[in-house]
Amino acid sequence: MISLRPSGFDELGLRRALSDRVLPLLVAAMTFLAALALGGWFGIASLSQHWRTGAGSALTVQVPDAQASAAGLPGTRLAAVLSLLTGTPGVASAKALAQDELAALLRPWLGSAGGHLSVPIPAVIAVRLNEETLDVTPLARRLASAAPGTLVEDHAIWIRRLALLTRSLQACAGLALIVVAAVAAAVVAVATRAGLIRRREAIEIVHGLGATDSYIAGRFAARATWLATMGGVGGSVIALPLLLVLANLAAPFSGRPVEPGDMRDALETLPPGLWFALPCLPAIAAAIGFVTAHGTVRRWLRRLP
Amino acid sequence: MLRFEMVGLRYDRAGYTPPARGRRSAADRRSGESRPPGRRQPLPEVLHDISFQLDPGAFRWLLGPSGAGKSSMLRLMYLAVRPTRGRLNLLGTEVTTAPRTALPGLRRRIGVVFQDFRLLQHLSAFDNVALPLRLAGRPEGQIKADVTELMRWVGLSRYLDLPPAMLSGGEQQRVAIARAVITRPALLLADEPTGNLDDAQAERLMQLFKELNRIGTTVIVATHNEQLVARHPAPALRLSEGRLVRVDRDA
Repeated sequence: MISLRPSGFDELGLRRALSDRVLPLLVAAMTFLAALALGGWFGIASLSQHWRTGAGSALTVQVPDAQASAAGLPGTRLAAVLSLLTGTPGVASAKALAQDELAALLRPWLGSAGGHLSVPIPAVIAVRLNEETLDVTPLARRLASAAPGTLVEDHAIWIRRLALLTRSLQACAGLALIVVAAVAAAVVAVATRAGLIRRREAIEIVHGLGATDSYIAGRFAARATWLATMGGVGGSVIALPLLLVLANLAAPFSGRPVEPGDMRDALETLPPGLWFALPCLPAIAAAIGFVTAHGTVRRWLRRLP
Repeated sequence: MLRFEMVGLRYDRAGYTPPARGRRSAADRRSGESRPPGRRQPLPEVLHDISFQLDPGAFRWLLGPSGAGKSSMLRLMYLAVRPTRGRLNLLGTEVTTAPRTALPGLRRRIGVVFQDFRLLQHLSAFDNVALPLRLAGRPEGQIKADVTELMRWVGLSRYLDLPPAMLSGGEQQRVAIARAVITRPALLLADEPTGNLDDAQAERLMQLFKELNRIGTTVIVATHNEQLVARHPAPALRLSEGRLVRVDRDA
């Protein structure tokens, strides 16, 4: 009997009025969706971060016929281009790739024979910039006049397009999170209203015995918070394996090694931010449950004198 | 202590609070009850120009035929409704103008025995009686002692763990009475409290009311039972068609 255990004292009969089936299930579904949206958010963020630091402030300059002497300048064409580049404001460094580095770059396309081809291969200079916004068109023109045929490949345009895409995707993920939170609040509000109607008589009796609005609202909010927390934990736990699979699929794009089957590696592929955000989901679900139930009950109670 | 000045009461359709002057209350609007066309005029007034005053420790019968307004008078006194007009002062609080947040504390000083008991069916008899103490935040040890003692007094100590549905009408009434007096209220209101009791139990109940009255509780008992009134002569408030037609003073 509950008679001597006030901690389980349920004077409003909320254990049955707010049942532990539907509400946790719906909140779990919402949390699951929120976890996927969060996973998308962090996944996109880490991919774009990786690409940006990898290639964001970089140019590739190809100098064909590198060892020929430059027109009107002492030294080879390669040396002329290099000295022009290092003298340009905004350029942090310019480094010609050595033969074996070039071979490594070409190996995926040409196989291990890449280093000994009779086809002339241009020298490749990797340039790092101080600022992403450097306008490369005049630079390219000066380089081409020093060593005709020199090509400047600007990664920044692609990085900008990529950044726009990732920002849009992140905005979508954020929007999805907001909508999911709003739907969760609506679900809690509907469940609370149903509970209020089911327990109207008990509420009137307890109100008549001198219970304050905050007492009654607190009882409902405690129940709703508990149910929402259960749903939040359930939804996050269910989402975790799916997020791990997705993170593993995304790993090659972030430059991480793909070693399927190893659980520890799989866990490490999740963006670190997600490890912080995922446990927050049940807490947010709980907060939504508490605030919504409290507000709904208080508004309803205002009809009583 | 208890003062009515020209109090009038008109229910709104939700049955709780009279509509505020000139506009419908927000709760009323939200209740969403669509009013049938042609029935928009307010409900008739059920109590008119009630004026009387009771000192602390008074005992009054509240008499009158069915429909005279006894229950509405009691509802005003246990704060289930507020007056539509006039002034009502309960236990030193001006009910007409008090903020809503002042009412719960006031309700806790008022004990009510309802005609239909209004027990919580999903709680045991013990928990029903303990409820007012728990709402008042009393320590659990004291609650257990007080409730057990009072339940023994009303002869229900064997039924502490039973839900109301498993008790007879008379037993449920005694649970309701125990719940009403467990906090030693300053004002005790009872609506036909002897309706389900045999004569011996009714006598016992009257002794309880007199005992509480003797130690300072103001007691108002609404009843049809003229024999009971005859056996326990006391001043009366008599209602007829929503008007107070007789106000006895203390002897």
